[in-house]
Amino acid sequence: MATEKKTIFSPELAAHFDKLVTLYPVRRSALVPMLLYAQDEVGYISPAVIAEVAERIGIRENDVASVLSYYSMLRTKPAGKYNIQVCTNISCMLRDGYGILEHCSRRLGIGHKEVTPDGVFSLEEVECIGACCWAPAIQVNYDFFDDLTPGKMDRIIDDYRAGRGKETV
Amino acid sequence: MPSLVSHPDEVKIISHRFGQGAAEIDRYIELDGYKATRAAVEKGPEWIINEMKASGLRGRGGAGFPTGLKWSFVPKQSDRPKYVLVNGDESEPGTCKDHVIFLHDPHAVIEGTIIAGLAIGSKMGFIYLRGEYRYLLKIMEKAVADAYAKGFLGKNIFGSGIDFDVITQTGAGAYEVGEESALMESLEGKRGVPRIKPPFPAVVGLYGGPTVINNAETIASVPHILLMGGEAYAKVGSERNGGTRLFGISGHVERPGVYELPMGYSLRKAIYEVGGGIRGGKKLKAVVPGGSSTPVLTADEIDVGLDFDQMGKAGTMLGSGGIVVLDESVCMVEFALRTIQFYQHESCGWCIPCREGTDWLKKSIGRLHAGGAVDKDIDNIRYLAENMLGRTFCPLGDAAAMPTIGFVKKFRKEFEDHLNGRGCPYKHAREREEALV
Amino acid sequence: MADVTFTVDGKKLTAPAGTLLIDACKAAGIEIPAFCYYPGLSLQAACRMCLVRLEKVPKLQTACTTPVAEGMAVSTETDEIKQARKSMVELLLGNHPLDCPVCDKGGECELQDMTYKYGAGESKYVEIKQHREEQQWSPVVYFDRPRCILCYRCVRVCGEGMDVWALGVENRAVGSVIAPNGGDHLNCEECGMCIDICPVGALTSGTYRYKTRPWEMNHVATICTHCGDGCKTTLGVRIVTDGSEIIRGNNRDKSGINGDFLCIKGRYAFDFTTHAERITKPLMRQADGKLAPVSWEQALDFAGRRLKEVRDSRGGKAIGVIGSNRTTNEESYLLQKFARGVLGTNNIDHHRTADYAAFAAALKGHAGREASLRDFASAPAILLIGNDPTEQHPALAWQVRTNVRLNRSRLYVANHADIKLRRQAKAAVTVPQTGYAAFVQYLSGREGSFDGNDATAGFCDAIRNESSLLIVFGSELRGRDIQSLVQFGLSLPDTKFACLGDYSNSRGAADMGLLPDLLPGYVPVSAAAQFNEEYCASLPTQPGLDLVEMFDAAGRGDLAALYVVGSNPVARYGIDPSSLRNTFLIAQDMFLTETAALADVVFPAANLYEKAGTVTNTYGDLQLVKKAADKAGVRTDFELIVRLADKMGANPKTLVPFGKGVRADFGQTRGAQSGEADRHAVWLAANHLEPKLSPFDPFAIFDEIQRLVSAYNVPRLNLLTGNDEHIKSELVQIEPGSARRDLVFPSNDDLYTSGTLGKYSAKLRETVESGTTVMKPAESETAAD
Repeated sequence: MATEKKTIFSPELAAHFDKLVTLYPVRRSALVPMLLYAQDEVGYISPAVIAEVAERIGIRENDVASVLSYYSMLRTKPAGKYNIQVCTNISCMLRDGYGILEHCSRRLGIGHKEVTPDGVFSLEEVECIGACCWAPAIQVNYDFFDDLTPGKMDRIIDDYRAGRGKETV
Repeated sequence: MPSLVSHPDEVKIISHRFGQGAAEIDRYIELDGYKATRAAVEKGPEWIINEMKASGLRGRGGAGFPTGLKWSFVPKQSDRPKYVLVNGDESEPGTCKDHVIFLHDPHAVIEGTIIAGLAIGSKMGFIYLRGEYRYLLKIMEKAVADAYAKGFLGKNIFGSGIDFDVITQTGAGAYEVGEESALMESLEGKRGVPRIKPPFPAVVGLYGGPTVINNAETIASVPHILLMGGEAYAKVGSERNGGTRLFGISGHVERPGVYELPMGYSLRKAIYEVGGGIRGGKKLKAVVPGGSSTPVLTADEIDVGLDFDQMGKAGTMLGSGGIVVLDESVCMVEFALRTIQFYQHESCGWCIPCREGTDWLKKSIGRLHAGGAVDKDIDNIRYLAENMLGRTFCPLGDAAAMPTIGFVKKFRKEFEDHLNGRGCPYKHAREREEALV
Repeated sequence: MADVTFTVDGKKLTAPAGTLLIDACKAAGIEIPAFCYYPGLSLQAACRMCLVRLEKVPKLQTACTTPVAEGMAVSTETDEIKQARKSMVELLLGNHPLDCPVCDKGGECELQDMTYKYGAGESKYVEIKQHREEQQWSPVVYFDRPRCILCYRCVRVCGEGMDVWALGVENRAVGSVIAPNGGDHLNCEECGMCIDICPVGALTSGTYRYKTRPWEMNHVATICTHCGDGCKTTLGVRIVTDGSEIIRGNNRDKSGINGDFLCIKGRYAFDFTTHAERITKPLMRQADGKLAPVSWEQALDFAGRRLKEVRDSRGGKAIGVIGSNRTTNEESYLLQKFARGVLGTNNIDHHRTADYAAFAAALKGHAGREASLRDFASAPAILLIGNDPTEQHPALAWQVRTNVRLNRSRLYVANHADIKLRRQAKAAVTVPQTGYAAFVQYLSGREGSFDGNDATAGFCDAIRNESSLLIVFGSELRGRDIQSLVQFGLSLPDTKFACLGDYSNSRGAADMGLLPDLLPGYVPVSAAAQFNEEYCASLPTQPGLDLVEMFDAAGRGDLAALYVVGSNPVARYGIDPSSLRNTFLIAQDMFLTETAALADVVFPAANLYEKAGTVTNTYGDLQLVKKAADKAGVRTDFELIVRLADKMGANPKTLVPFGKGVRADFGQTRGAQSGEADRHAVWLAANHLEPKLSPFDPFAIFDEIQRLVSAYNVPRLNLLTGNDEHIKSELVQIEPGSARRDLVFPSNDDLYTSGTLGKYSAKLRETVESGTTVMKPAESETAAD
């Protein structure tokens, strides 16, 4: 698909997608990364994202829906600007991951997969994020924070709220 | 940023460049980077595979299949293109070794990929990271771009006339994609449901072509093996378990971290010396020795060497090298519940026993933990797990069943203590439940 | 492949190498249970029911993915395996609702069967089941999620089988669910294959759900009345106050030429039979000009008398007869016998949808060159010229897709339109809509007006290089073009042909001589003398008027009477009603069609589901029609013709020579003296067959057909047991290439229309109006990949 065609994505992302589908031996290989990047930009996988991704890859929309619903990082509803993902799997659990989750929940006033009224934060209890040796750990969007305590957690939330947080995209 | 740790007992082969800025290609080259690949280009596939076989390297993903042998299964002639696939979909709870490799030594992964490609006659490699590792993907992407710029990747690498390309990408959150054929499905833009085997990937893999798929740690070990020689590498480890591996020690230890220890190293020493012993001077209760899918060991069972064979003999598995240490304060039922909750969440849902079994187990253990179970429920839990074992479509069902059986078998008393309305006797757990209500 | 020998439960078996263990065992009578395995669809290994123990293999293995190998030793029924199966059933029942007493599938449910055989008497499961409300996906498809066991049969049959891909799997783990492509509804062909293939009651039919239980119905395997493919369908019928009613059409009996397949029409469009506008009393035009119900005696008497008067006063030439595309062979045959032998006219025709006469003429001297519908499932190469089988011949499209998918058959498509089967084609060329004749010339290597290029030349070369080919063509080709195409095909090493016409017995109508110039078996009327003895009459030897000429003659006042059986020419051909004002019109139909509305006498007729006989599909597959439904007040066309002839003073025994000839006796006459006849009649009636010793016995006519039309002289046992017999002998006795007027008028029905029947099928209309039939093509995928 040529970039001048109508797209719901930014010109940069559209150009990236144009290239992405050509990298692999088959176009469809670009599907999973494409959905993730689209989500990063749009905030979630909207019906419009599904439609455009399906067209770019050349598959049916229900194929896209089938694939996206398989992957737990892909969501069909908006999250907060900063999605706080607290790991409570075994290594984190042993080092009070649940305590961090509860602390976040109390501090933000929201529960699992909920968004703060201002849309800044959302909270999610997640499975192992691969930071077991530095537990308890969380991710805010794609950035890791580890060896946490409730106090550290507060500072992280404060930083993001003040716009000082890390933002790897 | 994960902190680096160190212990005198470590044998730093894979990790010897950690913390030295090796993610920068020029620094990497100063640290003997790309020497192994250059040698591989010069000496050819046969030499590579022989060195790999001599090294005794066994797959670091958990199954422990000899890497050199795996590579030798790829047919020399093929109508379809061959591929190298690096499995960096590290998702087994308790495991974060690939995390530090991607972070500290991305070029070692690239080198290993090229060398594997040279060994099997492939022109394209894929490095697949789990979706959560976006910041590591950035590091890998930069490393790949730098390697292209130096002519180590792309057309005519090292002036050899051989072309080799590398594509990096991430998944989007799915433990099951760590299974090799599920990973191929995911890379082909599909749901991460494993494929029927045979055919095995070495014959029909990615895009139907012969494919070598290796764990990221396995691949990162390859250039080091070629540099030091396969035999020398083999000597570092124990019998039939060549070399070192990265062990992630987590949970209730004083100094959790990723340590490179020789294969066969004592589990007791790993906990009490390398890991610094049990946090706060408490007593050890149990160890999950190789990621959450491996059957638990009690405090009395830790005098065992950390290699595939010795762990097998001890009734558990070396797995992914993620050693999770539990002190006396842990409720084993709660721990079992958290473990099965993970597998229930991550089951791909394809086959009946795994899809239904993990859900059933989660519900039953949850009910038991809350005090809503009677004696025969314990037997039912074990019955269920035993009937999943060995009968599921892929090893995920086993990964859920094995630890469950282990917990019930070795900590039955704790399960019994929860019965008949009593609920969890561990205070912290009870408090938490009250808070959640 | 070479055979291998292996052992199953100590029994030595042999099967071709590569055969799946589950199939090899089935062939040897050893049942290995499975939910997800379905022959012909991709392998899943998901249900784990087929686990078996292979010697020297540590884990139990799935028989559905294990090819047999030399020396393999297998156990299939040990305690270990029984326990494995029991636990699978237990696990499934953990969330599966135990609503069998109200479930449509109860009684024919595979999960029920498995539970009965392997299941536990007591459930260990005490957790709360996941409940979800039932969803309606379309007027004909409902989904009950908790019942779904995720065997993925529906997903595969829709995608791989139908090439529709309307179903997918969403979510994962225990949340995995079969999801329709429209989000909360389906956009598809509404074929209902997903319902048929579902082993449990997760997918249920909008026409059948909650109406009855399987064991409360009679199941009658008969032939679908809609398109020319002639699929076998199993109609579930139950007794109602005015007869017996069809409540389900499905493919319970998968032994037919259609294999697993049925389309929306075969599965759901039987409801025209109970449409409120169905005529159930004879009607006669009264003095006030209106039609009013009268007694049968009155109507038959009047119609017979008037026909006799016309014949006796003005001769047979003043009478016309129009037959049907959906009556049985016996009825069509009887109708022409009545026209020629009793009315004394060759003015007989029907709505022609394909030029079968030209096709038969082109194949003169080449017996066995007609392809059966079955052949399309195995032919190594197929050339399709014209037509759109996906819409017009869905079973053919199914066969072709299956063949391409399973056997890598090479499909060549020449069409003016972007038909869906192009997705399976190895090569395709676009032919101008009016350029089919030129294309055939071009294909034959002759100079002509077809504008060829490298691609079309390559296309034709590839076809010419096929060593075994099926050529199938639509009504785009007629007359001399068929002749040219057949000639070309015969120049290749091994070619078979098929000519596509529209309705369930269009082919039979032509074969049985519903034509003004041809007698049954395409014997020219000039040679009618050879029929005289059997007919006990002197048949007219001049060709009669064709359908269009009959209405012209009526308009001129030259057609004093017209007898229309199961046809609606007034609407189909746009006849000006005033042209029939001086014609005595008798119509036999289910509904007051535009034609029937003009008639002087209207007889309420039975449809194909309410009678017995045979039909011939467009490929020349002869099949038995069994009586399924019954409607008080209607009569079969067969009976009506006989009764009418009787009223005209003709001898019914001559018209229907029951009891005559070698084949007439199927043990049915022997009881005449011993009182067995009655017992026999009871048995026949119970089996939906007509008593043999009556002038209403279609088999008496079938006997005569077999005597006079050599192609229909097929072995009868197979036919009578409900299987198809392909017509293999040379059919035609006319010279090829004789100039005949082209009266082919394709009806262009699609998947959701079916002439008059489609109009009166509420389910078809509702489905189309629901908007769930729209499909969005995706070009990158085909069933072949």
